[in-house]
Amino acid sequence: MTTALNVPLEHVFFLAIILFLIGAFGVLIRRNIIFMLLSLEIMMNACGLAFVAAGARWAEPDGQIMFMFILALAAAEVAVALGLVIQLARRFETLDIDRAEELNG
Amino acid sequence: MSLSVSLFYISAAVAITTAIMAVTRKNASHALIYLVVTLLSIAVIFFLLGAPFAAALEIVIYAGAIVVLFLFVVMMLNLGRSSVARESQWLRPGMWVLPAILSGVLFIVFGYTVLQTENSAMIEGQVVPPKEVGKALFHKYLLGVELAGVLLLAALVGAFHLGRRYLEERREN
Repeated sequence: MTTALNVPLEHVFFLAIILFLIGAFGVLIRRNIIFMLLSLEIMMNACGLAFVAAGARWAEPDGQIMFMFILALAAAEVAVALGLVIQLARRFETLDIDRAEELNG
Repeated sequence: MSLSVSLFYISAAVAITTAIMAVTRKNASHALIYLVVTLLSIAVIFFLLGAPFAAALEIVIYAGAIVVLFLFVVMMLNLGRSSVARESQWLRPGMWVLPAILSGVLFIVFGYTVLQTENSAMIEGQVVPPKEVGKALFHKYLLGVELAGVLLLAALVGAFHLGRRYLEERREN
């Protein structure tokens, strides 16, 4: 059974690259930590897309399995990072990541 | 051009546009809604690539759980009009130049690497059903599943710890 898709592998990879770079651009231009985390999600999705595309190229399940591991990683990262966001908002009363630079408690 | 191929390119265009919108919005909840559209179009692409299980997980876990978690935090922090004004102050046009140049250079490097590959082929969208994924997951990758479980447990403990301290501090005040 196929989905009758007929697309070169490179095109999917180029989509993954563009999404990854949009995410990286977002991490670089933003100072608000919530938007930086959101950009990280876009980057992780791009990696997952590349894995699934490579798995689809050989019609093997390994790409989907790597995507599931990335999903578990993203869930763990978001759970801890949003706890840190709440701490940052309560202690500094801002979401500006540059305010948390002192590292002395 | 068949229906699947045109659907692929439409979803790709939607994903790129909404990702750019999500990254550049000033209001956090608007950005999150754009992120949901990005995730849904990536799920369509997964489905077209012949990975229905990955497409379902993308919708259920990413769009359904992770983005809702983000929305809860945004609502909890009560970001209003003042935060939108602060965002426009932080997002000055001059700041965009260097990151844009760096992203362009990275695009050239990545694109060159992809075009150099000799495994170039057409993806026909051969469907890999969830049964195959499950069989490989619990035989070949069993250790990885255990490690992912340990990682999630560590994240649970870490998130609980961060949240608990915050509650104690509020009680003291």
